[in-house]
Amino acid sequence: MISVLLLFAPVVAALFVPLLASRLRGIHTGWFVLAVPVLLFIYYLGFLPQVKDGGVHIGELSWIPSYGISLTSYIDGLSLLFSLLITGIGALVVLYSIFYLDKTKERLGNFYVYLLMFMTAMLGVVQSDNMIALYGFWELTSISSFLLIGYWYTRDGSRFGALKSMMITVFGGLMMLGGFVLLYIMGGTFSVRELASMAPELAEHSLFTWALVLLLLGAFTKSAQFPFYIWLPDAMEAPTPVSAYLHSATMVKAGLYLVARFTPIFAASEIWVWLVTSIGVLTLFWGSFFAVKQTDLKGILAFSTVSQLGLIMSLLGASAAAFHVEGAAETMFKYAGFAAIFHLVNHAAFKGSLFMVAGIVDHETGTRDIRKLGGLMALMPVTFTIALIGSLSMAGLPPFGGFLSKELFLTGMLSLGELDLFAPASWGTVLLIVAWIASVFTFIYSFYFVFRTFTGKHKPDLLPKSAHEAPAGMLISPAVLGLIVVAIFFVPNFIGDWIVKPAVAAVQPFMYGSPADVDVHVAAWHGHVTPELMMTIGIVITGLVLYWLLPKWQGGYRAFPEYLTLNKLYDSSMIFAESGMNRLSRSYMNGLIRSYLIYMFAGIVIIVLGSMFVKDAFAVSFEGTAPIGPAEIGLLTVLVGSVLTTLVARKRLTAILALGAAGYVVALLFVIFKAPDLALTQLVIETVSVALYLLAFYHLPKLSRHDEKRKFRVGNAIIAAGVGLMMALLAMSAASQKALPSISQFYKDTVYSEAGGGNIVNVILVDYRGFDTLFEIAVLSIAAIGILGMIKLRLTRKGDQHEKQ
Amino acid sequence: MRSSDVIIQTTTKVVFYIIFLFAIHIFFAGHYTPGGGFVGGLLTASAIVLLLLAFDIRTVKKALPINYTVLIATGLVLALGTASASILFNVPFFTHAYDYFTLPLFGETSLHSAMLFDLGVYLVVVGATMNIILSIGSDD
Repeated sequence: MISVLLLFAPVVAALFVPLLASRLRGIHTGWFVLAVPVLLFIYYLGFLPQVKDGGVHIGELSWIPSYGISLTSYIDGLSLLFSLLITGIGALVVLYSIFYLDKTKERLGNFYVYLLMFMTAMLGVVQSDNMIALYGFWELTSISSFLLIGYWYTRDGSRFGALKSMMITVFGGLMMLGGFVLLYIMGGTFSVRELASMAPELAEHSLFTWALVLLLLGAFTKSAQFPFYIWLPDAMEAPTPVSAYLHSATMVKAGLYLVARFTPIFAASEIWVWLVTSIGVLTLFWGSFFAVKQTDLKGILAFSTVSQLGLIMSLLGASAAAFHVEGAAETMFKYAGFAAIFHLVNHAAFKGSLFMVAGIVDHETGTRDIRKLGGLMALMPVTFTIALIGSLSMAGLPPFGGFLSKELFLTGMLSLGELDLFAPASWGTVLLIVAWIASVFTFIYSFYFVFRTFTGKHKPDLLPKSAHEAPAGMLISPAVLGLIVVAIFFVPNFIGDWIVKPAVAAVQPFMYGSPADVDVHVAAWHGHVTPELMMTIGIVITGLVLYWLLPKWQGGYRAFPEYLTLNKLYDSSMIFAESGMNRLSRSYMNGLIRSYLIYMFAGIVIIVLGSMFVKDAFAVSFEGTAPIGPAEIGLLTVLVGSVLTTLVARKRLTAILALGAAGYVVALLFVIFKAPDLALTQLVIETVSVALYLLAFYHLPKLSRHDEKRKFRVGNAIIAAGVGLMMALLAMSAASQKALPSISQFYKDTVYSEAGGGNIVNVILVDYRGFDTLFEIAVLSIAAIGILGMIKLRLTRKGDQHEKQ
Repeated sequence: MRSSDVIIQTTTKVVFYIIFLFAIHIFFAGHYTPGGGFVGGLLTASAIVLLLLAFDIRTVKKALPINYTVLIATGLVLALGTASASILFNVPFFTHAYDYFTLPLFGETSLHSAMLFDLGVYLVVVGATMNIILSIGSDD
C-alpha cells in the first residue's frame, strides 16, 4: 500500500514546484526537487536484502475492482533494479541539471514538473503488475518525454523531434494495448504474474502470436529498435540532462523491461526468440554503423544508444532461447540472461556519464559539432578523464565494466550458434558475425567520440565560447557514474549477486527458482584463452586499423541516397496524411449550411429507414390511440397552415410569426394531452425564440429569395419527402408496438417513496436520468460559448488576410 | 434595437417582476408540481428578454450587470458538484439525499439535494439563453 502511494510521490512533489519556482527565485528549484529521487532511492535500497533472497514485495490499491484493474507495486529483482536506476540516475541528473540550467533564464518550473511526472510514470511502468495500469504509465512516459523534448519549444527542431517521438511511441503504445487486451481474452486476467503462471496454456491459444507481435511493436518503438529508432536521434533536441535520463538510461529501456517482463510468458514461442534476437542484432549493427557518420556529439551518442539497446534486446532474445534447451542452467545458455541485465546496468552508467560529458562540452564551448571541436584535453582534463572512462567502457576494453559485459555478450551470441530451433542452424552463425562487425563499429565510434573531441588540434576561432573546465558541481554526477563504471570491473560479482541475479531469476523463472540458483561467475581472466577473448582482440585490432583510416572512408556515408532513408519515409507519410486529410475534408465541407443539412437529413433517413427495413419494424395499428375530436382537427389545420405560411411568406416578419404560431399550436396540443410541463416549456421556448428572431431581425439581410422564382430541386424534394415519410412511419411504428413494457408504472411507484418528489417529469430530469441532464446542460454550455466565440471573436480583417495567404 | 414606447416600458417594469417571481415559484415547485429548473430558467430568461425588447441592450446591461458566461460555469460546477458529492459519502455517483425538516415560516419542508442540481440547471439555462441572445442581438 505504502509502496503504491510512493509511486505518486514525485507527481505530488511536482504540485509544489511551480510555487517554489516562482516564490523562491533565489534558490535553484533543482535543490528542492533533488530530495525526491534521493529519498526514493534510499527507500528502494531497503528492499535489496529481501529481494536478494528471492523475496518479492507486493503492494496493492484497487482502482476499478469490477474490471479487475488495480494499481500494484510489485517489487521483484527486475523491477527493483529498474526502480534503483530510475531514482539513482534521476538524482544524479537532477543534481547535474542544477548547474546545467540557468535559474534566471530557463523556465525551471516547467522542467522539473515534467521531470517529476516522468519519474512517477517510469516507476509505475516497472512496478505495475496490472497491464492496464502499466499501459497508463507507459503512455504517461511518452507524454512527459514529448514535453521534455519540446522544452525549448520556440525551436523548430524541438517541436519536430517532440512530435516525432510522440507519434512513434504512442503508435507502439496502442499496439501494445492491443496485445494486452488479447492476453486478457486468452487468460482472463490483467495480472502479468497470473498470466505467467498459465504460460503453457496460453501458448496453445490461436491469438498467442498476435499478442506477441503487438506487444513487441510496443517494446520496439519505445526502445528505438530498427526500423522505429528514427525518433531517438531527433529527440536529442531535449536539454542534455533529459537526454541522459530519459533517452539513454531509463525511458528507452522501458521496451527492454517489457520484453524481459513478458519473457516468462512468450519464451515458449520460437517467433519470440528469433524476432527479438534478430531485430536486436540488426539494430545493434545499424546503430553502430551510422553512429560513425554523425558529426553532432549527441547524435553519435543517440545512435550509440540505439545500437546498445539492440545489443541488450538481442541478449534478451537469447535468454528466451534458453527455454528451449534441456538443462540450460548448466550450459553456456545460462549467460545470455545474465549478460542482458549486467550490460543494462553498465550501459546506464557509462552512457549517462557520456551524455553529461557531451552536455558539459556543449555548455562550455557552445557547440556540439565534432568538426569544430578538438584538443580540449588540456583545457578540460577532468571532463576528458570521465569521457575516456565512459568511451573505453563502451568500446569494451578493460579495466572497465563494459569489457565484462561485452565478453558475456559474445558468449551469449556464441550460444545462439549452438541452437537448433525453428530456423536453419546457420542463422545463429549469421547473427554472430553481424554482432561481431557491429562491435567493431562500436569500438570505432567510441574512439571517434572521445579522441576527436579531446585530442588533435584546438580550434578556438571556431568555438562560440572560449573553452574552459566545467564548474565542480557539474562534474560530480558524471564523475560518480565514471567511478561506478570502474568499480563494476573490479567487483562484478558483488553487483551480480545483489542486483543482477535477482533480476535474472525474474526474467527466467523457467530456469531458476531463486536468485541463488543463477550460477554465473564473472571474471576478467578465465585462466585460459577463450573464443570470446580472441574475438575481443580481433575487434580491437580491426577497430584500431579502421579508426586510423577513418578520414579515408567516412565520406563513403554520403553515397547512401537520402531519399531512401527511414526519416524520409516518416516525413513524406506525415505530409501525405496532413494534405490528404485536408483534401478529403475540403471535398465535402464547402461552407454552405444547405449542403450540411442535406448530408445530415439524407444520413438520418437512410439509417433510420434502412434499419427499420432490415429489422422489418414497420407496423401500423390504431389500437389504444385517443379519439380525434374537433379540437385536434382544428389545431392541426392551424399547424399545417402556419407551416405552409412560413415556407411561402414573402416577408421575413411574416415567416417568423408563422413559425411562432406553429410552436404555440404544438404547445396547445400538449395541453390537450395533459402534459403541463411540456406545454409550459414549449410556450416559453417559443416566446424566447420569437423574441430572439426579432432581436436579430435588424442584422438579417433583406429577404430576397422569394422575389425571383425559385428553382425546383429534385434532390431536395426527395430528401424533404423522405424526412417526412420517415418521421411518420417511425412515429406510427413506435406507437403500434412495444418491445418492452412501459416504465411508467415504475416511476409512479417509486417517485414519492424513493425519489422524494411528486412531479415525475422533473424527477426524471434531476434524478432518474440526471446523468442525461448533466450532459445536456454541458452541451448547452458548449453551444452558448461556441456562439459567443463565433460572433464576438470572429476574425478581424487582418486575420482574414492571413487566412488567405 | 431602440424603443421609446412609454406604455411598453411602464408595463414591462411591473411585468418583469411578476414573470421573475413566477419563474422562482415554478423552480421551487418543480419537484412536486409542473415546473423545474429548466422551465424556471427559461422563464427568467424570457423576463430579461422582455426588458431587452422594451429598453435597449445597454440599459439592460447596466441594470443587470451579470456576466452570463460566468453564470454558465457556476451552474455547471454546481450541478457536477452535487452529482459528485455523493462519492464522498461512499455511495454511487449521482445518488441524491433528501429529508423533511420543520423550518420557521415554511412549516414542514422537504429539503432535497436534487434542488441544488436543479439550481445548476437553472443557472446554465439562464446563462446560455442570455449569452446566445445577447451575442446575436448586440449591435457591434
